[in-house]
Amino acid sequence: MAVKVSMKVNGKPVSAEVEERTLLVTLIRENLRLTGTHVGCDTAQCGACTVHMNGKAIKSCSIVAMQAEGADILTIEGVAKADGTLHPMQAAFKENHGLQCGFCTPGMVMNALEFAKGHPNPTEQEVRESLEGNLCRCTGYHNIVKSIVAGAKAMAGGR
Amino acid sequence: MNAPLIGARIARKEDYRFLTGAGQYTDDVTLPRQTHAVFVRSPHAHAKIKSIRKDAALKAPGVLAVYTGEDLAAAKVGGLPCGWLITDVNGQPMKEPPHPCLAQGKARYVGDHVAIVVAETAEQARDAADLVQVDYEPLPAVVDASKARAKGAPQLHDNAPDNTCYVWALGDKAAVDGAFAKAAHVTRLELINNRLVPNAIEPRAANGSYSRAEDSYTLYVANQNPHVERLLMTAFVLGLPEHKVRVVAGDVGGGFGSKIYLYAEDVVVTWASRQLGRPVKWTAERSESYVSDAHGRDHHTIAELALDKDGKFLAMRVQTTANMGAYLSTFASCIPTILYATLLAGQYTTPLIHCEVTAVFTNTAPVDAYRGAGRPEATYVVERLVETAAREMKIDPADLRRRNFITTFPYQTPVALCYDTGNYNATMDAAQKLADVAGYAARKKDSEAKGKLRGIGYAAYIEACGIAPSAVAGSLGARAGLFEAGEIRVHPTGSVTVFTGSHSHGQGHETTFAQVVADRLGMPIENVDIVHGDTSKVLFGMGTYGSRSIAVGGTAIVKALDKIIAKGKKIAAHLMEAAESDVEYDRGEFKVAGTDKKKMFGEVAFAAYVPHNYPHDKLEPGLNENAFYDPANFTFPAGTYICEVEVDRDTGQVRIDRWAAVDDFGKIINPMIVEGQVHGGLVQGIGQALTECCRYDDESGQLVTGSFMDYCIPRADDVPSFKVDTRETPCTHNPLGVKGCGEAGAIGAPAALMNAITDALGVKDLAMPATAQTVWRAMQNRKAA
Repeated sequence: MAVKVSMKVNGKPVSAEVEERTLLVTLIRENLRLTGTHVGCDTAQCGACTVHMNGKAIKSCSIVAMQAEGADILTIEGVAKADGTLHPMQAAFKENHGLQCGFCTPGMVMNALEFAKGHPNPTEQEVRESLEGNLCRCTGYHNIVKSIVAGAKAMAGGR
Repeated sequence: MNAPLIGARIARKEDYRFLTGAGQYTDDVTLPRQTHAVFVRSPHAHAKIKSIRKDAALKAPGVLAVYTGEDLAAAKVGGLPCGWLITDVNGQPMKEPPHPCLAQGKARYVGDHVAIVVAETAEQARDAADLVQVDYEPLPAVVDASKARAKGAPQLHDNAPDNTCYVWALGDKAAVDGAFAKAAHVTRLELINNRLVPNAIEPRAANGSYSRAEDSYTLYVANQNPHVERLLMTAFVLGLPEHKVRVVAGDVGGGFGSKIYLYAEDVVVTWASRQLGRPVKWTAERSESYVSDAHGRDHHTIAELALDKDGKFLAMRVQTTANMGAYLSTFASCIPTILYATLLAGQYTTPLIHCEVTAVFTNTAPVDAYRGAGRPEATYVVERLVETAAREMKIDPADLRRRNFITTFPYQTPVALCYDTGNYNATMDAAQKLADVAGYAARKKDSEAKGKLRGIGYAAYIEACGIAPSAVAGSLGARAGLFEAGEIRVHPTGSVTVFTGSHSHGQGHETTFAQVVADRLGMPIENVDIVHGDTSKVLFGMGTYGSRSIAVGGTAIVKALDKIIAKGKKIAAHLMEAAESDVEYDRGEFKVAGTDKKKMFGEVAFAAYVPHNYPHDKLEPGLNENAFYDPANFTFPAGTYICEVEVDRDTGQVRIDRWAAVDDFGKIINPMIVEGQVHGGLVQGIGQALTECCRYDDESGQLVTGSFMDYCIPRADDVPSFKVDTRETPCTHNPLGVKGCGEAGAIGAPAALMNAITDALGVKDLAMPATAQTVWRAMQNRKAA
């Protein structure tokens, strides 16, 4: 059965015809062609599909699109400023070499954005624990941890 | 004049697109009239396929086609080839059973590709895949390599008796046995190098597309070497001319070896796109990756080291059984042989080495190169042996290593390789300092006061990178050349596009290679772009694996740059009315020696493309040069890793307290990127030693570790931050003096960590991965003994 869903994605109202079983991530990637949100597993472990729904980081592979009816969704494409300037958290990933192949990166950034709001000056251990639901196979996490510590501080400093 | 770019920590050029979601990975490519494919895979480890009924699937909504092995056979689609011929101890070629792209008659492992379903949407294809009725007759299966050779074991292939692919050996057995007979001490270990699943976070994907108008194909694929993929697919499987096939490996989300190979799915979607006249896309689900990506390692080894009374190594004897899985993957055969036994000298002067390897087929996924590929297995053998020997002989483990370090170069090992340069004492010294080995005794006391066990472990690894001199590789059985190609295209106003046959899937070539070019040409890095991963753009390429990109691909670029500068000198000499021999190039400027005459690089480029005043009688217009570079030798990165662990006596939980890594990668282009490569490699090595183990059920042959919930790749809170440093002995045979850094961490880490854990526990043997359960059991066994 096709159903119509409507929501706001990156500030813009969108609607799409989807199946009842269509996952939010499928709607984002296939219907909206926002391919920055990635799928790295089928067990909600890797976190590559992390987006914000109503301000909270969620795994978009783990809810169906219909559950996001009326919601405010933010994907990685909506994080930088309209003029293309990187958000301080994105900039921190770049400065600290917090990414290699880039596949887990959108999920890492989306998760870090939410974490940083509650942790303006996090310890390394707090950051490592916050990454429990995001897998990276390239960086060994060392520079992701550095990036998030720096990004959180930059966000708190109003950069 | 610009500051030197070689050696600078420059933030990566490619990061912006990845950080803003603008990367273009294979699954992100959706073509007009796109269709979607799902593969039907064998649920049995070993089964006869009696029949396949497609009709129910074909009637399902949206389904366009179902193809099986019979369809491929009728269309004369060949099987997957193996790129390296190993000759066995009797001079016979290895057994190469057919490896059909869709199973024919038999399925040989759980996940073996049996049929493809193509539909309008991925969901429809998935639904219909369940309706393909395959009548299997399950057969007994064998997943363990040693058991597969036993009498009465199920046989996988008619042409491989005893499931044996080959028995291969290197070294003088009689001389080695003689040395063992005279040894003052012999250390013996039985080692399992656990099977691993590579797990790049981007699952494999392929999107094949056929154009009737052009009679040509395009394959978008997550792959590390698109030209090799094209060559193998066209020449060996589909029988197509290469100029009719374009392979695009755009952004690739990690490889670690697993995306080197030509996989069946790549061939089948390409072939199917022509049958349907529409593009066919397949993207693996993670559970599919677990069963169908090429796995890594899986060795069972008996290793012995003979020493004299002073701890000098006299000889090494190694017997390894290597599990190849059900079929030979693209480079599977050379991993436990050429890339393994040749590294058994390590950093040491061991004069005699013998290694015998038995490669065995089992009902498991094919095994091939995974980060390090043979060299982690060799380092694990050497460094576990050396550390154990030091403990048995009561010699400090660092001291025992130093007594045996190679100190004069070039050094010809007894296992074929000739090391050009190195300084193993320098990396050992630096690592001991970085790790604060001097403070270890006090830290051990502190741990004991807390009721914890503490251990320290070393690994002094060496690897052979920059594969390879083609003639040497060819003489050892390689069916490919192993050079690299590069092209420098200077544009009329002086900016530069570089085309490289190397491929970046996380390594940062777009930055590192641009640094090399911009530095040599003396221009801002913004003026240089690197293009890779598309056979229609790049002239040729052997791709990225074995830490070869900078040493081989980077050198090809430097060779092309040399030609650009040589031609530029000729043009500049003409423009300045000087003798060519008087023109020098100095970072952005062609100068006439001894005068103030000069021409900027951009002026010369402009003259080449607007050749009004130009030496037409001697030179062609334009400024565009290619180079192919075939290395003179391997490169030999080496280093020392030292780690310290604390073990909880009650739970067996291992915590890595500190880790120091000092590597000698020769000259370094971008230290920030190099450090990132080391961090990532270390965590994959730590994963092998601490958390990761691929297990098949012995009876059923089912993969029991088939998801991120059962197979534990390290998470951020499983691992520490690292102290890393480098020492530089430049490679002697390439112009950049570079060696490669991509695999070191994964090569050295497992031995260092297992040496630390066995030190903490006071045990000799402990199997990887050292999970809390394994460690706790080892502690209980020790108590009981």
